[in-house]
Amino acid sequence: MNTRGLRSQLKDSVPVTGLCPQAGPYGVQDSLRRGFSSVKNELLPSHPLELSEKNFQLNQDKMNFNTLRNIQGLHAPLKLQMEYRAARQIQRLPFLPSSNLALDTLRGTDDTIGFEDILNDPVLSEVMGDPHIMTEYKLGVL
Amino acid sequence: MALSYVLEPAVSGFNFENSTRNIVLENGSEEGKIKAPKPMKTGTTIAGVVYKDGVVLGADTRATSDEVVADKMCAKIHYIAPNIYCCGAGTAADTEKTTDMLSSNLTIFSMNSGRNPRVVMAVNILQDMLFRYRGMIGAHLILGGVDCTGSHLYTVGPYGSIDKVPYLAMGSGKLPAMGILEDRFKGNMDLEEAKALVSDAIHAGIMSDLGSGNNIDLCVITKEGVDYIRPHRESIYNYKRQAKYKYKPGTTPVLTKTVNQLELELVHETVQMMETAGSS
Repeated sequence: MNTRGLRSQLKDSVPVTGLCPQAGPYGVQDSLRRGFSSVKNELLPSHPLELSEKNFQLNQDKMNFNTLRNIQGLHAPLKLQMEYRAARQIQRLPFLPSSNLALDTLRGTDDTIGFEDILNDPVLSEVMGDPHIMTEYKLGVL
Repeated sequence: MALSYVLEPAVSGFNFENSTRNIVLENGSEEGKIKAPKPMKTGTTIAGVVYKDGVVLGADTRATSDEVVADKMCAKIHYIAPNIYCCGAGTAADTEKTTDMLSSNLTIFSMNSGRNPRVVMAVNILQDMLFRYRGMIGAHLILGGVDCTGSHLYTVGPYGSIDKVPYLAMGSGKLPAMGILEDRFKGNMDLEEAKALVSDAIHAGIMSDLGSGNNIDLCVITKEGVDYIRPHRESIYNYKRQAKYKYKPGTTPVLTKTVNQLELELVHETVQMMETAGSS
């Protein structure tokens, strides 16, 4: 079930990521890898739900952690976040789809079905990234 | 994507890649303006009533696409759980998919906990789902069911608003249907009265609204089980074909005829004796 947190929990915790140009290592637009950027595309979302969907899981987690901190103290979200970090590291190679089973179990989404499970399932995607380029990007040697 | 490789894995869920292109297409120059195709709406009358032993849900069966009737026998009462059914108005695909997902989620819950789901659970899941998408999913639903706490009837709007009342109507034909319900509803009706009331309410919607029509489906939910009556009342305008419209043999003249012999080679021959009855 989605968290219906208090509005006050959101005051300083929501970064608006995703629409700004993806900065390369020197803080500038990475034209070689991501193509040309246009101001119109980067400034405004073309669909009202684009931003909110991109950050949905992030915002839910932040609200949950904030509420947990207020109820039980700082140790509770700290312990949980440590487990999340550990679970997030269990991945297959960068170009293969990972099941994220441990992460799903922690979040409680392993026994719910949402649009993320039906639409655009990465397991069924017809294109695959180039294995060498993706691994090199992941390791930072590209 | 213009690039020949991708650097991050694809994200599952809704894909907004084409929304910029769609906006550009719709706002194009005067000659270049292209209208987006309209989704199939159900243009409906749906109604529900709580009676003595349970809930009666009713719906018409017409689905429209702009000004054309797209489906004359559309099923608008969807199965959610063995004791919960849902009528859907609004965009046909949205109601279908939303109720499917709701049903899947409740089945997983039943398997996990070994209990029959309650109507409030279904309503809460729907609220979460619909509010998350801020009304972009056009599903106006009436949920009715009987669980261990009694019989319940809820309506869920596309933005996630809910209302819990003993009698309800939704859809484009809801005003005439509500008129009938307001006039004749009483608490603790018995089954035949409740069925007649819902049926008349839908009938009023069908008569007064262009988007509703054809037959009336009813679904009666009680503690013992569900009775899905499809159709409860058929439209009197059921046009039967007046004549045979098949072409007579010989209508099309034969101009040429070629015969190709198919050379078959006898490969294997088996004889199987048939068991005939002995002499009587």
